[in-house]
Amino acid sequence: MPEYEIIIGFGSCGIAAGARRAFDIFAEEAEKSSAKISVKPTGCIGACHREPLVGVRESDGKQYLYGEVDEKRAGEIINRHIHGGEVIRDWLVKPDYPYFTKQKKIVLANSGIIDPENMDEYIKVKGYKALKKVLFEMTPEELIEDIKASGLRGRGGAGFPTGLKWGFARNSMGDKKYMICNADEGDPGAFMDRSVLEGDPHAVLEGMIIGAYAIGADEGFIYVRAEYPLAIKRLNIAIAQAKAKGLLGDSIMNSGFSFNVHIKEGAGAFVCGEETALMASIEGKRGMPRLRPPYPAVKGLWGAPTNINNVETLANVPAIIRMGGHVYAETGTEKSKGTKVFALAGKIKRGGMVEVPMGTTLREVIFDIGGGIQGDKKFRAVQLGGPSGGCIPGSLLDTPVDYDSLTSTGAIMGSGGMVVMDESTCMVDVARFFLSFTQNESCGKCTFCRIGTKRMLEILERITMGHGGMEDIDKLEELAVKIKVASLCALGQTAPNPVLTTLKYFREEYEDHILRKKCPAKKCKALIRFKVVPENCTGCTLCVRVCPTGSVHGERRQIHEIDPDLCIKCGLCEEACHFDAIEITTGDIKAGVIS
Amino acid sequence: MEREFNELLKEWTGEQGNVIPLLQKTQEIFSYLPEEAMAEIGKVTGKSSAEIFGVATFYAQFRFEPMGEHIIKVCHGTACHVSSADLLDQTIENELSAVPGKTTEDGLFTIERVACLGCCSLAPVVMIDGEVYGRLTGDKLKKILKKIKGKK
Repeated sequence: MPEYEIIIGFGSCGIAAGARRAFDIFAEEAEKSSAKISVKPTGCIGACHREPLVGVRESDGKQYLYGEVDEKRAGEIINRHIHGGEVIRDWLVKPDYPYFTKQKKIVLANSGIIDPENMDEYIKVKGYKALKKVLFEMTPEELIEDIKASGLRGRGGAGFPTGLKWGFARNSMGDKKYMICNADEGDPGAFMDRSVLEGDPHAVLEGMIIGAYAIGADEGFIYVRAEYPLAIKRLNIAIAQAKAKGLLGDSIMNSGFSFNVHIKEGAGAFVCGEETALMASIEGKRGMPRLRPPYPAVKGLWGAPTNINNVETLANVPAIIRMGGHVYAETGTEKSKGTKVFALAGKIKRGGMVEVPMGTTLREVIFDIGGGIQGDKKFRAVQLGGPSGGCIPGSLLDTPVDYDSLTSTGAIMGSGGMVVMDESTCMVDVARFFLSFTQNESCGKCTFCRIGTKRMLEILERITMGHGGMEDIDKLEELAVKIKVASLCALGQTAPNPVLTTLKYFREEYEDHILRKKCPAKKCKALIRFKVVPENCTGCTLCVRVCPTGSVHGERRQIHEIDPDLCIKCGLCEEACHFDAIEITTGDIKAGVIS
Repeated sequence: MEREFNELLKEWTGEQGNVIPLLQKTQEIFSYLPEEAMAEIGKVTGKSSAEIFGVATFYAQFRFEPMGEHIIKVCHGTACHVSSADLLDQTIENELSAVPGKTTEDGLFTIERVACLGCCSLAPVVMIDGEVYGRLTGDKLKKILKKIKGKK
């Protein structure tokens, strides 16, 4: 038994922040003094804003979590903590850190604790117990009843009751049925599913096998984005391990129930998150949605009854079976049970993976857990549900996180992306950003989605360029309603949401752009101007050197100037300046001068 | 490459839903989808070249021109967008004289715009040859690009 166990957060974020370097340093040390320390990787620990994260577990059970472990800190931890027995308090992520105390972890319970590539560790934390219980103590009908009792609803965004969905597929006639896990997490600003797959792949797999038993499927697919190579790698490892132990494949645990699973890599189409499009893509076709009914439960993949669940939904299943549906239902609100995982990002102090009981307010998530806005700037909005969701203003921050309350604001629960925006974010630009995304991702089947979103985008571009008129706002609202009504799938039906919510809550910003040719957030390039503040300029020439167009000029130790005719407003000079000597102004450009 | 491709075709013939995996693996071999390869895939899957081309052009992952040696993916997800990802595009344009969707003249870099790399808490990010670089500024990215160019 080693004296110290070192656990390193090895999710994609951790690796990007430098976890590998920290790992190498500890691994090298472990080799030198093998009796003393062992080193293992784990999934996302959650506090992404303090990556790379390194946990030190002592043989007496004491645990310490260090944040921002770069090469230097790794060396110090080895010298002072491991060899010197001194806990370096200043670098600790303390257990009473408000980021963790308000969370409740069911889906992320193992993430950041166990080694996701080692099945024994999953089994040690009661892994595959739920599967055993289901196979030997429950009929599929009893299982479905338990899931119904839990109140679990689809975590992919729409919130359809999972037990009901399984019941439909169970009752569908057919010798061949399919179970699909939707891991095509396409919303920009969302990374919950990636973290779950990277941190606890066996939980998703176990949930999927249980679901397959419930509906009577013998074959399944996990449809994962190709942009998530690490998640795919860990899933492949998990599948191979489960097969080797007889937990997957023919006659699982000699129960007579067989289930095989394949991984399908997505090829980069947002619309494939929609279930009928996803199935078309697995079949090798263009990923275009089709009319429902027939629902997948009746006629799905290759015409067979099919059930599709999101990653987070399935990751809840083993926990529900272990604790019982009724116990699970004690967490949450009347109509939304359990917890929800959010990917907290944007202009937030403490970003990362957050799991909270349903009913927690947005304010608690953003200010208590997330610590508020970076640089103590002013909160402007929180974006939920990605391109299908909306922007919620400060006045609605006490909205509880549950399916129905969020829908009533005009946003949606969505899959869990939560992007916080401060006063430097232009809401008209955000609407334009999402619409350019959905416009680009529209499959082109429905006219209103294909052409309507294009027209809306053109109007929004016009407004951000300073060429909009007040009648444009009416046109946007008219088009939004028509696109929602006349689109076949959720992509089109929800595409106008970002525009509608920003119009509802931030209309004065649209009016500033249209009437006063002003962008209050100073983002829209056509409406801003870069100037040198003479009092602050030291004549250091840094800005002169970074300017790509040669529009900034001035000699060393002389006050610089920006030529507005050459300036492309890229902002590199502002970023480079150490003296706050570059100022951005808006509202001082006359209409008609804007090109 | 040819032999690898032929083996690939043999391996996947007759598999249900084999079109997209075949296209993906073909792209892994050639770094893009040559027209002749798509015609071959049509033959083994019983589809016309037009159908295969139709599937390939639907998905953002597939490319129809050879790629540069290094692939730079600039993330334009929501979190990166509000954290000035535009500035990174501008830096790349300044340093490499290439814009998203294009390959530099020397064939060293291909620049792509992607919707989200899922590393939102490190925004803004770019992915270069599969490795994610986070919390970037124009200046930091400039240094990274110089380092990669310097290795040549």
